[in-house]
Amino acid sequence: MASYLIRRLLIGIPVLLGVTVINFFIINLAPGSPADLYLSPTATPEDVARTEAELGLNQPIFVQYVRWLTQLLHGDLGVSFQNREPVAQLIGDRIGPTLLLMGTSLVVAYLIAIPIGIFAARRKNTAADYSVVGASFLGISVPHFFLGLAVIYLFALQFGWFPTGGMLTLGRGGGFVDRVEHLVLPVTVLATAIAANMVRYVRSSMIDAFGQDYIRTARAKGLGGFTITNKHALRNALIPVVTVIGVDLSALIGGAIVTEQIFQWPGIGLLTIQSIGSRDYSVLMGINLIAAIAVFAANLLTDVAYAVVDPRVAYA
Amino acid sequence: MTITKPSEEQAAPSTPDEQREPLLRVRNLKRYYPIRKGVIARTVGHVRAVDDVSFDVYPGETLGIVGESGCGKSTTGRAIVRLETPTAGSVIFDGTDIAELSTARMRRLRTDLQMVFQDPYSSLNPQIRIGDLLAEPLIAHHRLDRSGAHAKAAEMLKIVGLPAAYLNRYPHELSGGQRQRVGIARALMLEPKLIVCDEPVSALDVSIQAQVLNLLKDLQGEFGLTYVFISHGLGAIKYISDRIVVMYLGKVMETATTAEIFARPRHPYTEILLDAYPEPNPHLRDRERIIVEGDVPDPAKPPPGCVFHTRCPYAQEICKTDVPPLTTGVHQVACHFPLAIEKLATEKAVS
Repeated sequence: MASYLIRRLLIGIPVLLGVTVINFFIINLAPGSPADLYLSPTATPEDVARTEAELGLNQPIFVQYVRWLTQLLHGDLGVSFQNREPVAQLIGDRIGPTLLLMGTSLVVAYLIAIPIGIFAARRKNTAADYSVVGASFLGISVPHFFLGLAVIYLFALQFGWFPTGGMLTLGRGGGFVDRVEHLVLPVTVLATAIAANMVRYVRSSMIDAFGQDYIRTARAKGLGGFTITNKHALRNALIPVVTVIGVDLSALIGGAIVTEQIFQWPGIGLLTIQSIGSRDYSVLMGINLIAAIAVFAANLLTDVAYAVVDPRVAYA
Repeated sequence: MTITKPSEEQAAPSTPDEQREPLLRVRNLKRYYPIRKGVIARTVGHVRAVDDVSFDVYPGETLGIVGESGCGKSTTGRAIVRLETPTAGSVIFDGTDIAELSTARMRRLRTDLQMVFQDPYSSLNPQIRIGDLLAEPLIAHHRLDRSGAHAKAAEMLKIVGLPAAYLNRYPHELSGGQRQRVGIARALMLEPKLIVCDEPVSALDVSIQAQVLNLLKDLQGEFGLTYVFISHGLGAIKYISDRIVVMYLGKVMETATTAEIFARPRHPYTEILLDAYPEPNPHLRDRERIIVEGDVPDPAKPPPGCVFHTRCPYAQEICKTDVPPLTTGVHQVACHFPLAIEKLATEKAVS
C-alpha cells in the first residue's frame, strides 16, 4: 500500500505540471489585457506598456510561465494583479466558506441519495421507482443557475424563509443558526445535482447487489429483509458508489463556481468569477492549481477508500 | 395461453419401505416464468421450468435429481426451500405445505431446510468474514448470542475440515474447495433436517469433488441428514444417492433406486443419459453409443405429448399426442414404451 501511494503521488507531479501549462496558455489566450482593465480609458499607450511591464506581461509567454513556476517552487503563488494581495492569502480567506458549502452539500446529497436509491431498488420497475428515476433525471438536467434563481425567488422572495445570499447577516454576529439559514438555499442547489446523479448509482448498484448469489444465500439462511438490504446488499452496493465521489468532486467544484456567484457566497467560486472578469491571471492560476490538486487528491482518496471498503482489493 | 390446467393429482409414489413417512413430499410442483413483451409488459407465454413434478424424500436418505442443463432440477431444488415460489403444487415438509407459508413462518422453518449452492465463489458475500457469515443465522434466529455463535462457527469449521483461524478470513482468501466447505458448514449451522445440495461439486476441480462428496456423506452419517442432491454429473449422483429422479424439460422421466437406474433404466432418456456417461475402462470403450439428435426443445414451447418424443429413438405416433403418466411403484417411469427389463439386463453390462 505504501509503495502504491508513493507511486501514485509521483505520477501526480507530471499530471499537475501538465494542468498548469494548459491552464496558463488558455488563460493567456483570453482577449483583453489586464493592463487595459486597471487603467482608466484615457490612459496613454505608454501607461499601458508601463503597467504591462510591471506585471511582467511584456515577456514572452514561455518566460512568463517559467517565472510563475519558479515562484511556485519557492512556495509563492504570486500577487493578485488587481489588489496586490498575495494570491495564497486571497485563496486562504475564501477556501473555508467553499469547503463548508461543498462539504455540507456532499453530506446532504448522500444522506438523501442512499436511502432513496435503496427505496427505488427495492421497488424496481414500479410506479415508485419510475418516479424516483424521473425526479433524478429532472435533478440532473436542471442547470444550477436556473434552480438557484428559482429557489431564491420562491423561498427567499415569496416566502421569506431564507436570505437571498451571502454567508452572514451583517450586524447579527453570525451565530450557528444564521450560518445554517444562509447555507440552506445554496446547499439545496448543489446537493440536488449530486443527489440526483447519485440516486441512479445507488439504485443500479443495489439492484445489481440484490441479484447476486450471496443475497440468495442470505435468504436461505433465513435472514430478514432489513438485514439483507442493509448489511448484505448495501455493503457491496456502496463500493461502486464510493468511486463516484471522486468524479462528483470535480462536478462539485464546477457547480460551486456558479452557485457561489448566484448566492454571493464568499468562497473560491465567487473569487474565480471576479478574477476572470478582471483578467487576474495570477489568482486564476492559483485557483486552478488548488482545484487540480483537490481533484487529484480526491481520486487518490477514492482509490484508497476502495481498498478499505472492499477486502478483495489490494494494491501492491 | 393457458397457464395451468390443473392436472389430476398424481398417485403418491409408493414408498420403498411402506412403513416410513416421507420427510418431504413434492406434489405436482410447477414453476412457470412469464415471458413479457412490449411496453405494457404483457405476458405472452411461460417458460415451464418445472412442470408437474412429484416425488418423495425419506428421512436419512439422499435423493439425487439428475438431468441436463435447463431441465428444471435447480428450480425444483430452490422451490423446495422456497427460494422460488411455486406457481402451483405443494411442497410438504414434515407435514407443512411450505408453498403456502407466510414469509415470517417460512423464515422460522428455514432452520430445518437449508441449501448448499453451486457456485462457492458468488454465493458467499465477499464483504463478510467467514466467522460472521457462519454465525449470522444463529444470531438471526436468536439461537445463540454473538460469542456463542462464533464458538459454534469455529466448531463447525473443524467438522468440515477447516482450521478455526479461517473465522477471520474473507471468502476471497479461500480456494474453491475450502469455500464449498464453508458453504456446507453454513448450511449445517442451524442443524437442519433437510439440505438441498444444488450441484455442490460442479464448480470444483475433480480432485476436490471427491473430498466434498465424502464430507457430505460423513456428515450425513454423523448428523442424520437428509439430502436432495442435484447434479448433471452422473458420477457424483451415483456415488452419493440412494434413489434418483431423472428429469427432462421440467418433467420427471424416471424414479428408482440408484442400483435400479444404473442397472435397468426403463426410460429411453435415462438409457441415453447413462450411455453418454464416459466409460472409465478403456478396453470397454469401443461399444457403440446411442447418438441423440437435436437439441432440448424450448421450454416455453414444450412439444405436445411426451416431451422427449422429438429426440427419442423409439418414439411412436402416440408419443406425439398423449402425455405418458408416471407409473406408480418403486420404479416409476413416464413412458408409453418403457424399455423391456429382460432385454436390457442381458444386453448391458451392469455398471
